[in-house]
Amino acid sequence: MQTIKAIAAIGALMFIAACSSNTNTASMEPPSASTSVAPGSIGDFRQNVGDRVYFDTDMSSIRADGRDTLAKQAEWLKRYTNYPITIEGKCDERGTREYNLALGERRANAARQYLVAQGIPASRIKTISYGKERPEAVGSDEGAWARNRVAITALE
Amino acid sequence: MMIPHRRTVLFAAASAVLAAPAARAQLTIDMTKPSFEPVPIAIVDLQGDPVGAQMATVIRNNLQNSGLFRSIPPGSFIEKNVGASAPPRFPDWRQVGAAGLVVGSVAQSGGSIKVDFRLWDVIAGAQATGLSFTSQASNWRRLSHIISDAIYKRVTGEEGYFDTRVAYVSETGPLNNRVKRIAIMDQDGANNRYITDGATIAITPRFSPTLQEIVYMAFGENKGPPRVYLQNVDSGRRELMGNFPGMSFAPRFSPDGSRIAMSLSQDGRTNLFEMDVRGRSQRRLTNSPAIDTSPCYSSDGSQIVFNSDRGGSQQLYVMPSGGGGERRISFGEGRYATPVWSPRGDYIAFTKISSGGFGIGIMRPDGSGERLLANGYLVEGPTWAPNGRVLMFFRQQRGGGVGLAAIDVTGRFERTVPTPTEASDPAWSPLIPQ
Repeated sequence: MQTIKAIAAIGALMFIAACSSNTNTASMEPPSASTSVAPGSIGDFRQNVGDRVYFDTDMSSIRADGRDTLAKQAEWLKRYTNYPITIEGKCDERGTREYNLALGERRANAARQYLVAQGIPASRIKTISYGKERPEAVGSDEGAWARNRVAITALE
Repeated sequence: MMIPHRRTVLFAAASAVLAAPAARAQLTIDMTKPSFEPVPIAIVDLQGDPVGAQMATVIRNNLQNSGLFRSIPPGSFIEKNVGASAPPRFPDWRQVGAAGLVVGSVAQSGGSIKVDFRLWDVIAGAQATGLSFTSQASNWRRLSHIISDAIYKRVTGEEGYFDTRVAYVSETGPLNNRVKRIAIMDQDGANNRYITDGATIAITPRFSPTLQEIVYMAFGENKGPPRVYLQNVDSGRRELMGNFPGMSFAPRFSPDGSRIAMSLSQDGRTNLFEMDVRGRSQRRLTNSPAIDTSPCYSSDGSQIVFNSDRGGSQQLYVMPSGGGGERRISFGEGRYATPVWSPRGDYIAFTKISSGGFGIGIMRPDGSGERLLANGYLVEGPTWAPNGRVLMFFRQQRGGGVGLAAIDVTGRFERTVPTPTEASDPAWSPLIPQ
């Protein structure tokens, strides 16, 4: 029980740190090397590494651009080893609800396997699928669909 | 399985009133014919108590919504104040174009209600059916639905579906942060209530055969994986179904309520399992590296139809309910999903995804006779009325906006099903046990 409490407290502090760094970097997209976030922070990971990889329609194989992102993620996560990792798989709205839950799981697992192959311990990475229940982008066009076919590496 | 139920005592006396000579004439309808005219029917406010007018409104709405009846506007009635105790003036009803006439009387005392109703065959000038009920006064809506079912059955020869409920997912809030709660309402939208609190996303509700329990999938707090829960509708008590390491979802009761089939995901693979509701033992039904989901039992419980991408794209497969011997049944263009077996056993309804968009369709259990009934940008998740003649599903507009719709198996009458909020994932209950 004590272990659980301690982890929760660390998580809460980091969440506050992430929020404060987000507020002054939100307008600085697209990602570029920046000195406004502390190296090793969640903001650093999101902004300078990239926390998400995208998928083709109805696919769960990692694309070339995703492999680059995941390789950078692995490098960063090997340097900063104190973050528990949850990979969130998501889908666009043009699939059925139940199938998309499974497809989101498959996407999250594909990203997880890639990180494990790069040397991140499997025990460090959880996965969760949101299917089409929690889209990143709102809209019924190719731009929104493309952003919703995603695996997001979320740090706590 | 009939579990003793508190509602079984509510209808103390349901009996035929005055067995009159059967007269069929034009008060019957064959809904399997390629075309027919809706039966014109006059429904008079039930006499004797103010609730009689409300009951007549419920009955008119039910019959009109079925697409099989045309409710004649009460303003055009010639004979006024006709009750259940004496025959009507048939020429007056023929003149307003009625083939059927529904009359009744209501009496309330001490919290109980007594209702007599008759359906007259106006053409033949004879009673077609009649029933008498006593119940708790608060049950007046259910009595109206039971009367609607009796009229439907007399005219179509099929069991009705009005004394039923619908579970669905109530959706509120912005599209990227939706609150999704399980709600239950009467089939006509009345008596809406929520059975989950919206703290986490809850979807895919399904009724047990007695309607006493709902099984659904909900996300956990703090990014906990989605899991399947069994919840008692009246007490609200809920239990986790199986403590599986990964995500469990897509639950569905067997027709006798003793088992629940569902999907489990682990390491990117999704397979089908079955749990005993009481003993909680679990069995693996499929073992593939693919996605196997949306299992649904046949009406006799002997087979399961499900959705799998094991062949490369989403298709429908049928297997014995113990697993093994899967065989593909869908071979048309596009992807197929969310198969649901009709309670009559004659059709499997599904969602179809093709280049032109989404469709709701039906096919025979061997895969033949495929027919699309509805289509649009996104239509999904058909569920059968207990008589196997009507499907409900959900329809999402491009860019948002989601709601429930119903269509009959001929594809002739689609209508919007009203809900208090935006809605998806309908699950139509069996007839409520009386």
